[in-house]
Amino acid sequence: MEFLRPATWDEALVAMAEHPGALPVSGGTDVMVELNFDLRRPSAILDLNRVGELTEWSTDGSSVRLGAAVPYARIIDELSVPLPGLALAARTVGSPQIRNRGSVGGNLGAASPAGDAHPALLAAGRGVRVEAHSVRGVRLIPIDEFYLGVKRHCLAPDELIRAVRIPVADGPQQFSKVGTRNAMVIAVCAFALALHPADRTVGTGLGSAAPTPRRADLAEAYLADALAWESGDPPADGVVRRFGELVAAAADPIDDVRGTAAYRRHALAVLARRTLAWCWNDYREQLGRTA
Amino acid sequence: MRVVFTANGRPVEADDVWEGESLLYVLRERVGLPGSKNACEQGECGSCTVYLDGVPVCACLVAAGQVQGREVRTVEGLAGPDGGLGPVQQAFLDAGAVQCGFCTPGLLVQTDALLAQRPRPSDADIREALSGNLCRCTGYEKIMDAVRLASARIAGAGGGE
Repeated sequence: MEFLRPATWDEALVAMAEHPGALPVSGGTDVMVELNFDLRRPSAILDLNRVGELTEWSTDGSSVRLGAAVPYARIIDELSVPLPGLALAARTVGSPQIRNRGSVGGNLGAASPAGDAHPALLAAGRGVRVEAHSVRGVRLIPIDEFYLGVKRHCLAPDELIRAVRIPVADGPQQFSKVGTRNAMVIAVCAFALALHPADRTVGTGLGSAAPTPRRADLAEAYLADALAWESGDPPADGVVRRFGELVAAAADPIDDVRGTAAYRRHALAVLARRTLAWCWNDYREQLGRTA
Repeated sequence: MRVVFTANGRPVEADDVWEGESLLYVLRERVGLPGSKNACEQGECGSCTVYLDGVPVCACLVAAGQVQGREVRTVEGLAGPDGGLGPVQQAFLDAGAVQCGFCTPGLLVQTDALLAQRPRPSDADIREALSGNLCRCTGYEKIMDAVRLASARIAGAGGGE
């Protein structure tokens, strides 16, 4: 095994081109578990800790360019206003020690259906882009095209995730997750909801509910149509229930040690109804403030 | 490979480090700092918590090669300059927060980090800060007592709450 220690981003890209099987490691919260338990023996490890720009973020006011290695702890502290859904998801990741090291780039690289960042990224909008770099150039991958299967994504072997581009929230966002305790929980299932009043659309994201993180397309379209965006009137019970049913129907869960498929579907409907109530309350408050 | 870094203020070097090795292994087996404990090796238990460049992390999840040129502070580094116990260590002892002791090094480092950031934490703050540190002996009540005691001694040296 080789240990590659690029000092700059360009060096990292060259190293990946020369060692296409190299396993990038940043916070190590997923990668090191695999190495410690002998689940993976890559030909080379590529350390990204020296590449400072990966831990920086910037915004032009309409979107945030989130460096791949910005740790969850800093997303919570620094980005709760522009990226509320992602910041809420970040709060549920592991423990303080894990949140000091783990990052959205790592969540994407691992592409686990249980990754906490994914539902929030999906809900944030179809405009979310994964910025993948290689010596061959830069690709902006739509988030809906990124996930291919269980722990599989669409990155080429020589590509590295430089950043994720996420639209700044234009309305309330929520994230909710089912697990056995508050800390150190791999989601039994998770759900993210974002209201986008600017174009009156709705974003959803389901976690631990299918081979990949996914959105509930029908539920999004139904709710966008059914919400009283103008008046802010609360959605009727039937609308809330139907939204929950459509979210549950979008899932394709399995039975495993963390829960049964039937429980996951049930819980997703509950989370969908709950997050809708939270988001709509916030939306009504915002309407009142601007009125 | 060779890894050179600073541990508790002193330069240390380790040779023949395997590329997939963790910082925890290097600390315990190669540079003579066995205070950090190896329990789960997957970031679940917090027993190996150390400071890396001032930030508490699980040493089992840091690749050894990643600490090249960086600063590590372990539970051994919490002791005073004379080798006496630091205030967090003394509070754990006085409150009876140590039973088998295996989780204690991680709890000490994480508590030290909490009190550095928040000298007077609420009980909710303490629970949140220690949520990644598992103890199977104490039931956590004595640990909560110890953190409150350390907080009172450090922050409330003037006799606050």
